[in-house]
Amino acid sequence: MANLEELQDLVVQVRRDILRMVHKVNSGHPGGSLGCTEFFVALYNEVMELKDGFDMDGKDEDLFFLSNGHISPVYYSVLARRGYFSVDELNTFRLINSRLQGHPTTHEGLPGVRIASGSLGQGMSVAIGAAQAKKLNGDNKLIYSLHGDGELQEGQNWEAIMYAAGNKVDNYIATIDLNGQQIDGSTDDVLPLGNVAEKFRVFGWDVVEVGNGNDLEQIIAGLNEAKSRTGKGKPVCIVMTTMMGNGVDFMMHTHAWHGKAPNDEQLATALAQNPETLGDY
Amino acid sequence: MTKYTDQGKKDTRSGYGDGMTELGRTNPNVVALCADLVGSLKIQTFIDENPERFFQVGIAEANMMGIAAGLTIGGKIPFTGTFANFSTGRVYDQIRQSIAYSDKNVKICASHAGITLGEDGATHQILEDIGLMKMLPGMTVINPCDFNQTKAATLAIAELHGPVYLRFGRPKVANFTPVDQKFEIGKALHLTEGTDVTIIATGHLVWESLIAAEALENQGISAEVINIHTIKPLDEEAIIKSVKKTGCVVSAEEHNYLGGLGESVARTLASHHPTPQEFIATQDTFGESGTPEQLMEKYGLNNKAIEAAVLKVMKRK
Repeated sequence: MANLEELQDLVVQVRRDILRMVHKVNSGHPGGSLGCTEFFVALYNEVMELKDGFDMDGKDEDLFFLSNGHISPVYYSVLARRGYFSVDELNTFRLINSRLQGHPTTHEGLPGVRIASGSLGQGMSVAIGAAQAKKLNGDNKLIYSLHGDGELQEGQNWEAIMYAAGNKVDNYIATIDLNGQQIDGSTDDVLPLGNVAEKFRVFGWDVVEVGNGNDLEQIIAGLNEAKSRTGKGKPVCIVMTTMMGNGVDFMMHTHAWHGKAPNDEQLATALAQNPETLGDY
Repeated sequence: MTKYTDQGKKDTRSGYGDGMTELGRTNPNVVALCADLVGSLKIQTFIDENPERFFQVGIAEANMMGIAAGLTIGGKIPFTGTFANFSTGRVYDQIRQSIAYSDKNVKICASHAGITLGEDGATHQILEDIGLMKMLPGMTVINPCDFNQTKAATLAIAELHGPVYLRFGRPKVANFTPVDQKFEIGKALHLTEGTDVTIIATGHLVWESLIAAEALENQGISAEVINIHTIKPLDEEAIIKSVKKTGCVVSAEEHNYLGGLGESVARTLASHHPTPQEFIATQDTFGESGTPEQLMEKYGLNNKAIEAAVLKVMKRK
């Protein structure tokens, strides 16, 4: 296991990357990105078994699919700091002629990304297909995916949830980011999701609940627990409660920062709360 | 004029099924998906021979398109199967984002296209699918004309890297192309040589065009029939070359005139060689219940309609 302190330093640095990226172009989605920072850092630096370099087929390594593509800032930062591309390239986020599009895509050939996402609700189906390909190839590595909770309002998810259980796709761990917020307000106000964990259970999934997805130790334990439950005939779901905007006090407890960038003053405040650890890009 | 013989009526979807059977035996990376329409897509033999390479997804086409995209990651070549309506309009955004924009090697194979689906009526008779699919960057769009050509196209698209829309139909129609004819994606086929008019046809309308050409020959009109099986990328060179010779064109397809082959032909000619053109296609309308023959007649999609369109377009030269 990597040193927890080092991972925590990486979390803080990724937060700084997210804030600086969206500030520079005055657009992007900091709230959900900050809420999932610990998850991404744990997944890419502690949990997934990854080969060096990148190829699209990703045989004999774990693969990750981001379904809620709008949280691209955290994805790009973690990919860059894991070595998929230069951290300097984070400077090009959302700029013209960049590989770091507003939402992730394979179209510009960014290493680490295997599917376009942004139009919500599609990632689970893709992840299931990749999991089935691994089985056909006799490849015993795992597939991971991340989905927003609001995204579960898209019906395609429920087709996929039913399919994965019915077809025993047990080399697959889907994580739901339960932050209770979406663009127009709380999920309870916009369209209540009910008990997400229970919904997955009755659809035939094995469910691991992580009470605080912003606690590195908890999310690592949750991911490892989920991993231990693979290969047993059921797909595995992690229902991870997080705080949108985590790590920046004025971005927490609100949906206001779902898709809004901080101004200069707000950036300074947010960065002061997250002092540089590994070096800014 | 070259004559063609119907080797016995067969449905184009069975050409797909036979193609899949052959791919199952020859290409271990080919996998098939179906959304509860195995019998209609004629892929039972593929399933019997390769059960581990078949994915029954149930009545969930959006999920099917996503799973297909995912299967390509790891080197599989997925062929999805359902009706044309549910292969395109129902799942347009899934195809757009997860397949086309993501450049995934998925073959979207669509049966029961067009009005010849017949009695089920307009809910199932899509006449907009060619337009929807040809508008997607990077998508290859193929509409073969008979059983033999559909089988050959099924085999050919497995060799092409990239997303493909393969459109075929339900009814038994004339099977007239040579059984061993090589299918070259993007290459027009000259079926008859002519000097007075070019008839550019795709799908079920190709045989109707040949019947029309024969009737026209009896009236002293020499028609050049070109089979465009690949609507995108379009063999523009073949079209321009023929039209430079004949000076007028009739396009013929089982599709809305908006967005179809005719529109692609018109765009090509407008840019390179403006030419009078008549469009055999549905006129921005939905279909309805009826037998395929009744519907083709009512909606002006048979050999008689092609013949009339030729006489009309020749006067516009």
